[in-house]
Amino acid sequence: MFFQSQVSDAQRARPASDVDQPIPGGMPLRIEGVSKTFPGRTGTVEALRPVNVDVAPGEFVCLLGPSGCGKSTLLSIVAGLEVATSGTVWADGRKVHGPGTDRVLLFQEAALFPWLDVQRNVEFGLRQAGMPARKREALARRFIELVHLKGFERSYVHQLSGGMRQRAAIARALAIDPAILLMDEPFGALDALTRDRLHVEVESIWAATRKTVLFVTHNVREAVALGDRVLVFSPRPGRIVREFRIDLPRPRSLEDHTLVDKAAEIVAVLREAIGDQEREEVHEWRKR
Amino acid sequence: MAKAVNVFSQRVQRVSRASLASWLRRIVFFAALLTLWELIALSGIWPDYLFPGPIAVFSTLVAGVSGGLYLQAALVSLQRLAIGYGISLVIGLTLGLLIGRIRILEETVGSLILGLQALPSVCWLPLAILWFGLSEQAIIFVVVMGALFSITLGVDAGVKNASPIYLKAARNMGARGVALYTQVILPSALPAILNGLKQGWTFAWRSLMAGELLFFTLSLGNLLENGRDLNDASQVMAVMVLIIIIGVTIDALVFVPFERSVRERWGLQG
Repeated sequence: MFFQSQVSDAQRARPASDVDQPIPGGMPLRIEGVSKTFPGRTGTVEALRPVNVDVAPGEFVCLLGPSGCGKSTLLSIVAGLEVATSGTVWADGRKVHGPGTDRVLLFQEAALFPWLDVQRNVEFGLRQAGMPARKREALARRFIELVHLKGFERSYVHQLSGGMRQRAAIARALAIDPAILLMDEPFGALDALTRDRLHVEVESIWAATRKTVLFVTHNVREAVALGDRVLVFSPRPGRIVREFRIDLPRPRSLEDHTLVDKAAEIVAVLREAIGDQEREEVHEWRKR
Repeated sequence: MAKAVNVFSQRVQRVSRASLASWLRRIVFFAALLTLWELIALSGIWPDYLFPGPIAVFSTLVAGVSGGLYLQAALVSLQRLAIGYGISLVIGLTLGLLIGRIRILEETVGSLILGLQALPSVCWLPLAILWFGLSEQAIIFVVVMGALFSITLGVDAGVKNASPIYLKAARNMGARGVALYTQVILPSALPAILNGLKQGWTFAWRSLMAGELLFFTLSLGNLLENGRDLNDASQVMAVMVLIIIIGVTIDALVFVPFERSVRERWGLQG
């Protein structure tokens, strides 16, 4: 509740009763036949097989898969920071050509600028947009409060813990008010307790702002706790092997047995995908 | 918070005690050195005008400074240094950025600069005199040649080693064009740039002194040369001391605080 009042203050007011119903606060996102190959030492390396995903506005979609399955690459492509080998990304019906502030990417390393303090980091995007100093200062302060970093405005990155860095990075991203948040294992390097707390915060921020979220993770618990939908990727070359819709009420408890069952089901699919991949590799190896 | 402050003050105390001891050792060392110097001078192995003691050098220094001559000379030298270093700074930053960001420039201009960096800047002196005559421009040219390549290579290294994730994040948040350079690429390269700036400054200072030895107006280098002409070793040594003092002062007033602030922000302490 605390977040909701703060966020709606900063963004747009939403009646509390609408929280259960996805409201188009974010943009629709369409990933159409996007693939990626890299030139490698022994010919081209296929990182991502053509992927098709349709994301509704305000939907929270988790991309789950083992490390190196191309899910981060997919996120970079959606952000416009990498070019797809084939296929197209459509954000709000417009073709994605490069980076844009309608889609902001959050990195695992937080990627805060070490030469700026928290306040200036959060102001960075606003400054690029040409917002006058006083206005962006006030706005940044509001987002710093939203992520519970009040009192750390003048701190530099190395003075913050891993969790605080991610909070600052979230504030920095939210300040730009993107319609789509792209989160690339943002909590991958955090301890379990901090991670759980940040899940709760991300969920309530999302509930209040209804941004479209693409969340990359290799953690099944994280995926079922947060996602409306979980897309399970196979190991490299990545492709979507199964899609799970998670209709459990929020906020979700990780002790809830339906959630645990769902997680177990997803783990089984993931194992099978990894096993298939290994069998295929052995087969390939034998053929040679 | 109170605990943190407490730990901090404890650390300050410990640091200050350690630094007090180290200062004490330093003072004892220099006092012994000066005493030894004075004793050798007094022993009369060499004549006074070739090997004056510290007391004679110090009194020459005081006389020269209070007479205004040394300060005037120092000002002339510092002005040249400022102009030369300023020019190297502007060219070096631009060139370093371009080399660091553009592949073809790195392969061509970059390797040229790497080669020129190996050339001691005094080697530019004959050419400078041929081109500019015994003039102000010749000296400034040598100073620029002394500092430019270090600064350029420092900026280049900083830009190349800057983590690409900052660039990605910045572009993602709408930074482009000049803002990308001034607000992201340059600041992210600052620690390495600082090394280049420091090295450039020491080279500039050395080149300046070399250049001024040939030049006949009032300047620090020329005071040295003048002392030699007059067979006055105590003036030569007094000016050498002055040059050391100026060098150390600029380092302490400009580069040490700059370096400290960068280290603190980046958390590179210790």
